[in-house]
Amino acid sequence: MYPKKLLRSTALRLAFGYVALFGISALVLLAFIYWSTASYMEQQSDETIEAEIVGLGESYRLTGLNGLRATILQRLGRRPAGSSIYLLTDGHYAKIAGNLDRWPEVEPDEDGWLNLELNVSVSVTSGGQEVSTHPARAKPFLLPGGFHLLVGRDLYELRVFRTRLVRALGWGLALTVALALAGALVVSRSRLRRIGAINDVMGEVMAGNLSRRVPEGATSDDIGELSAKLNGMLSELESLVEGVRRVSDNIAHDLKTPLARLKTRLERLRQTRPDAEVDKAIEEADRLLATFGALLRIARIESGERRAAFQNVDLTAVIDDVAELYAPLIDEGDKKLVLHNAPGIVVPGDRDMLFQAVANLLDNALKHTPPEGRIELSLGRANAHVEIAVADDGPGVPAEERENVLARFYRLDQSRTTPGSGLGLSLVAAVVGLHHGEVVLADNAPGLRVVMTLGYSAAVS
Amino acid sequence: MRVLVIEDDRVTLDFIVQGLTESGHVADGADNGKDGLFRALEELYDVIIVDRMLPGLDGLSLIQTLRAEGKTIPILILSALGEVDHRVEGLRKGGDDYLVKPFAFSELLARVEVLGRRRESESPESTLNVGDLKLDLLARLVTRAGRPITLQPREFRLLEHLMRHPGQVVTRTMLLEKVWDYHFDPQTNVIDVHVSRLRSKIDKGFEYPLIHTVRGVGYVLRVPEEASA
Repeated sequence: MYPKKLLRSTALRLAFGYVALFGISALVLLAFIYWSTASYMEQQSDETIEAEIVGLGESYRLTGLNGLRATILQRLGRRPAGSSIYLLTDGHYAKIAGNLDRWPEVEPDEDGWLNLELNVSVSVTSGGQEVSTHPARAKPFLLPGGFHLLVGRDLYELRVFRTRLVRALGWGLALTVALALAGALVVSRSRLRRIGAINDVMGEVMAGNLSRRVPEGATSDDIGELSAKLNGMLSELESLVEGVRRVSDNIAHDLKTPLARLKTRLERLRQTRPDAEVDKAIEEADRLLATFGALLRIARIESGERRAAFQNVDLTAVIDDVAELYAPLIDEGDKKLVLHNAPGIVVPGDRDMLFQAVANLLDNALKHTPPEGRIELSLGRANAHVEIAVADDGPGVPAEERENVLARFYRLDQSRTTPGSGLGLSLVAAVVGLHHGEVVLADNAPGLRVVMTLGYSAAVS
Repeated sequence: MRVLVIEDDRVTLDFIVQGLTESGHVADGADNGKDGLFRALEELYDVIIVDRMLPGLDGLSLIQTLRAEGKTIPILILSALGEVDHRVEGLRKGGDDYLVKPFAFSELLARVEVLGRRRESESPESTLNVGDLKLDLLARLVTRAGRPITLQPREFRLLEHLMRHPGQVVTRTMLLEKVWDYHFDPQTNVIDVHVSRLRSKIDKGFEYPLIHTVRGVGYVLRVPEEASA
């Protein structure tokens, strides 16, 4: 799947939205877990210290200074590397017992707590000692008799745990987002594939292939339902277009026969009674006949019947022949025909129809080129396809009109006054379609450049 | 010229027969394949016009039967639009010319007249002569009143075609088919320019014109009556 297309898909955008929402929810949840865990542990530590102070105060009251000292030493001995901090001093802050060397010079906070930084020597695996700074929290207590007691706790373990918790929660969040993202990609890709299939079919339908249908698949979800409805709509559209075409073809056919008779009767009338009015009537009949003829020819080409009679056509010779046929006419109009022919290009096709298409383009160019104009006819290979191009330096066709001029009876406003049926380019388009190719109208700056690309790779004879 | 028209559509049949009669030919009509084949075998005609789609016996089978009987009579096939027009197939099965319906009567008439006189004119001649115009097919030389005229290859073929059918109307479509070998429908007077170039070479500065325009139909190469009189 194309990454650009994937990024533009609504399914993926929706999925991203969900990922963001999910991520934020997870973040809030984890933040709450962190906050409640961390504060609970700190609260727990503070409560332990306060309980110890109460316990030690009791011990002093019952056993005196010596008893307290023994208790402290006993506690320190029980947990030599533990996280408890004790310091018992006299009224002048001289150490009596404890694992702090001296009374810390820190101002207590409003609740009477001291936030300390301890220098702790840690045995390093490589041997020797290393001093590191640990945060600690302690509470001072004044014992009766002027003795000072400080009970605290090294918070290093707690902080380490907190860091681990943050890291674990962070990973959890990242994992959640990654999983959600992967899920979103999988879901949107499968939807994108189905929507992409619908898009491709619609593109082909817009390009004129009304017989294409959306793959409906087995699932009857919303996309399946949409596909079925689109197919129904396409069938309806196809039958309508087919109907309109049949009607216009039938009209053309039914009218052409009486028209041909009308013309014959007018010709006979002219033989017996030569008259300018009869001549004009014959001209009108001719014009009508030409229009109907062109309509019918387009209808016949579009039916694709002629493909059955395709033969290898020496396109190089066809181009030479068209150029030869039109050269005097172009000369006559003081215009110039420049021919770029490529040798030995042979394609399977309908020789007469290809000739007709190129002739129509030359007719068009001739009509729209000013005197002294230049018309260019070229045949060549491009990207393994065969390209026939006719370019002129006339007024050209505005970019927004280029699609329209290929439609039947469509004429630009400026050419309404010039003779023509508005079918010439439709016929070209039909012929090129018959040969599985496409017509592109481009700017020749100035003028128009019509490129017929035939859908065959160029064979060399 | 005697012409047999085999066509199942009564209106078209009557129309063709009447038109041919008015143009000074003798025309018989048959409205189905079997009658048509019977008449074609029994009687002598100069040209047969046959519709491709016929009840009973279709046009192409009829032609094959005639050819199998050894009849070399020129046959013009009519074919309705909308069918696959297998021009090539029709001609291969023994037809001599092919016209798609609906057609202008003048086009049909011109083709019938050319077909009817084809047998006389398509003998293997090496020179063609019309009035004081002479065309040497072997040396590819054209002279008029003894003066040599230089022609482009296509002009030579155009003149050759006109000289093979002296006095007969040749339509623009016929010229495109026979001289250029393309069946197509020009939107402009592209043939006229070629004819007028040829005309300026062979008629300009000579006693009388040889190429004449037949309004609304095509061209004819002939010696004017006042000149031959």
